Amino acid sequence: MAIDLNKCVGCNACVSACNVENNIPVVGKDQVGRGREMQWIRIDRYFSGSPEAPSISHQPMLCQHCDNAPCENVCPVAATNHSPDGLNQMVYNRCVGTKYCSNNCPYKVRRFNFYNFRSELADGYYEQEPQNLAYNPEVTVRSRGVMEKCTFCIQRIMEAREHATEHGRAVKGSDVKTACQEACPAQAIAFGDMNDPDSDIARFRKMSLGYYVLDDVNTRPNVTYVARLKNLHSEKPL
Amino acid sequence: MSTETVDYTQELPVVEESPKAHQIEAVVAAPLDEYPPRAWWIIFSVTVAMLLFGAYCVTITFYKGLGVWGINVPVAWGFDIVNFVFWVGIGHAGTLISAILFLLRQRWRVGIARFAEAMTIFAVICAGMFPLLHLGRPWLPLYLFPYPSQHGVWVNFTSPLLWDVFAVSTYLTVSFVFWYVGLIPDLATLRDRTANPLKKTIYAVFSLGWRHSNRHWQHYERTYLILAGFATPLVLSVHTIVSFDFAVSVMPGWHSTIFPPYFVAGAVFSGFAMVQNVLIFVRSAFKLKHVITLDHLEKMNKVMIVTGSMVGYAYAMEFFIAWYSGSQFEQFVTLNRALGPYAWAYWTMISCNALFPQLFWFRKVRRSIPVMFTIGVLVNLGMWLERFVIIVTSLHRDYLPSSWGMYIPTMYDIGILIGSFGLFFTLILIFIRVLPVISIAEVKALLEGAQPRHD
Repeated sequence: MAIDLNKCVGCNACVSACNVENNIPVVGKDQVGRGREMQWIRIDRYFSGSPEAPSISHQPMLCQHCDNAPCENVCPVAATNHSPDGLNQMVYNRCVGTKYCSNNCPYKVRRFNFYNFRSELADGYYEQEPQNLAYNPEVTVRSRGVMEKCTFCIQRIMEAREHATEHGRAVKGSDVKTACQEACPAQAIAFGDMNDPDSDIARFRKMSLGYYVLDDVNTRPNVTYVARLKNLHSEKPL
Repeated sequence: MSTETVDYTQELPVVEESPKAHQIEAVVAAPLDEYPPRAWWIIFSVTVAMLLFGAYCVTITFYKGLGVWGINVPVAWGFDIVNFVFWVGIGHAGTLISAILFLLRQRWRVGIARFAEAMTIFAVICAGMFPLLHLGRPWLPLYLFPYPSQHGVWVNFTSPLLWDVFAVSTYLTVSFVFWYVGLIPDLATLRDRTANPLKKTIYAVFSLGWRHSNRHWQHYERTYLILAGFATPLVLSVHTIVSFDFAVSVMPGWHSTIFPPYFVAGAVFSGFAMVQNVLIFVRSAFKLKHVITLDHLEKMNKVMIVTGSMVGYAYAMEFFIAWYSGSQFEQFVTLNRALGPYAWAYWTMISCNALFPQLFWFRKVRRSIPVMFTIGVLVNLGMWLERFVIIVTSLHRDYLPSSWGMYIPTMYDIGILIGSFGLFFTLILIFIRVLPVISIAEVKALLEGAQPRHD
């Protein structure tokens, strides 16, 4: 995945799309106040300049699917591990909820089911008719006590792979669009197979403006951010 | 001894007032023969109430989920792991006294070894609860053990939490076997003393047919020596592995090579403070002041100066290394500990662990029961806060400021902490009523004319 920060305006459309696609529970004001929001993607804001006239930079932050993931080696039950195609996977059935992975994530993108959020909180509206029909049937509903996080919309990758198999060809990165990518009005998010040299994503990965967040922790992330360029010399925006 | 020359190399008598063998037996066995006094029942009911309150909080946690605690993202470990590290640490003094001091032929250990070892076992039981309680799905703890199953999934041997499972379960097993083997001759003595048929049967079963024969003693001495050898590396390894939970991570404030020795020193430090605290009560309640002497307490206080100074050195080194590393994250975490929202915990920890124990340099302080008791309590408070500082302050403000948060414990966090103390003291109170708190056989061996050779 690559995210072009020049295009991102911080509209949060990706956050909403992700919530809907991945059956992410709404936990309510009280739980958000306690630091238990469940969003798999969030928009980090960085302020610069003076407090009177601040300049804001946005950075969508989601699981970086690190090649050298700190979460993976600390899980005692191997519930979070690496897929052959480079995804950092979360096996809900195996997770016992030690939360060690979350502690060891430098990006803090992992989310924990502190309760059975669906039935107990936010007035349990997920259990009410017809709200429960709004679930995405392709995505597992997580129970209490397991960790969850961005999957790079693995259900969409699997679907694309099935289609490719039906047509007797190999799956291509361009067959898959993640929910956040689809929702982004500025098309700031690119996704694909970086081993395919002709793909957009391969081009993004090689861009000289590209960087990894917290590169010196040596997590080797799979999300490239394209650095935001600002014209500091003109007084008015062009 | 002449008054002009004082021989400082001379060993102090371990047992004072030179009692006879049968007197030792009588005084140690006395609490087992009598109906517990009113004071015991009052303390016992308090500790059981604490235990029940903890059990209530655990029940609610199991029923509703970990959300009843104060943990969140970023601070996904709170009192649960703080208590775990604290209780494992408390256990370390017992093994040090019973195994290492045994191998080093420190004969003064005999008066306190049994009790300290029992405390080890109880502390490890308290500690062992928390890895289970902190699980999001506590009904699946078997996943943490490498057993063959149709899932075809193996545990992850690179995870320090898995090392903890092995380290703590090994520690509990070895400590228990060591303690039990040490108890066998005393159980036989109790079997021979008692007239109560029920007690006689129980003691007879657990003394495994011990007849105090020369052959038995030879085997016993050898077994005890081997078990001491087994237990000795555990003093160093268990808390080293516990410290790996943090040292192996990538979080600033956790990722630190100083942690293993620092944790081991801290564990022995807090363990000795706890042993000293509890023994002060035991020796006066059971008229054992001539067996658990003031010299014993003074020696424990000396151990506390040594380990407390090591811990203080580690605090200073954390500051130095944070600066020397040039890592802005390390520097921030270190400053945030001292000046951030949890500064109260940091400075209380520094005072209790690095400053107050330095008073033990004065002989008067080392030998004053009220002062040493107060310092012991402060050390335990400080060591508990040390784990709080390490865990909570490192997590609450880590790499990305967007994820910073605060950890505020709830009633359930505090209730489970109280419950763990309730469990610990309840077990101790039961122990002092059903088993000899001092090794009768070993104390007898220190009397005039009894000189066993451990070879």
